[in-house]
Amino acid sequence: MPSQLVDQYFRADKLPQIWCPGCGHGIITRAITVAIEQLGLDPDKVCVVSGIGCSSRAPGYLDFNTLHTTHGRALAFATGIKLANPELKVIVIMGDGDATAIGGNHFIHTCRRNIDLTAIIFNNNIYGMTGGQYSPLTPKFDKGTTAPYGNIDRTFDICDLAAAAGATYVGRGTSYHANVVTSLVKKGIMNEGFSLIEAISGCPTYYGRKNKKGGPVDMMQWQKDNAVTVTAAEKMTPEQLEGKFLIGEFKNKPEPEYTKEYQNIINNLQGRDV
Amino acid sequence: MKNEGLKANEVDYGKLIINADWCKGCGICTAFCPTKAIVLKNEKVTIADIDKCTQCGLCELRCPDYAIYVGRKKNEQKD
Repeated sequence: MPSQLVDQYFRADKLPQIWCPGCGHGIITRAITVAIEQLGLDPDKVCVVSGIGCSSRAPGYLDFNTLHTTHGRALAFATGIKLANPELKVIVIMGDGDATAIGGNHFIHTCRRNIDLTAIIFNNNIYGMTGGQYSPLTPKFDKGTTAPYGNIDRTFDICDLAAAAGATYVGRGTSYHANVVTSLVKKGIMNEGFSLIEAISGCPTYYGRKNKKGGPVDMMQWQKDNAVTVTAAEKMTPEQLEGKFLIGEFKNKPEPEYTKEYQNIINNLQGRDV
Repeated sequence: MKNEGLKANEVDYGKLIINADWCKGCGICTAFCPTKAIVLKNEKVTIADIDKCTQCGLCELRCPDYAIYVGRKKNEQKD
């Protein structure tokens, strides 16, 4: 019998998952369920939506209301669910390519709309499921199947992009810092509005192998060594921050939420007509 | 417990419980175990020295496959 957490929130008969040995996705998926457990949410009132990709396999293992949708369109489906059933807590799981390439337009407009969804982007820097093509999050000069001599595109910063597009809660964690992911997801679910949490995950099979980043342990060690919390970064010089990345809460600025605004219009119009 | 009848090949070591069927041998738990109480053998996690385990839970936190978890201490056990 699996652990109490897995027993309660996972479809344990579907385990072990399909993900490669050492893939960070399993760790982040678990961190999300810990957040749901700590908030004491009713599993029947939680809906987990995903698109297509390695990360999007996650809802298949989670025992909530789950929806596995089309590539890049998870946020569009989730918007529909939230508008039809505003009492649901809707959690969207996407990958870096799913969210920022194919679903890029859905992503920025969902941020702008500030609808009460919690999106978690599993960022493994590559398209894992389809064989290691470079994604908008593959760092410059790193290699992918479709960039054998190095990728010359610059990357997005998902958190900056979301904050600029209007998301009201933005944060970043890693698979090494699973507890950070849990606390960010908790705050994201509690935030009334669109919350975006980027979770950096290691892909030892494609990204790691193509870029000689070592095995699963080396990739976790890299996250440990290079992640700097927002508070620690304030006291560091630009030279010290060279090559590092920030984790923690970047933005928490509540604004009017979309389904509430929508209901206000309905109420106003019905009041006028009657 | 809805998975009571699940045939998971678990071994209860008291402080830790390991399901070797789910372990993919990535080595994350053993690498980040602060007391080195666990070790990889034949690409599966096994106990090196159970007395060293402090039940800190880092293996459970970072196992991508939920193959290892902390057994409940006696005073925490529910009926």
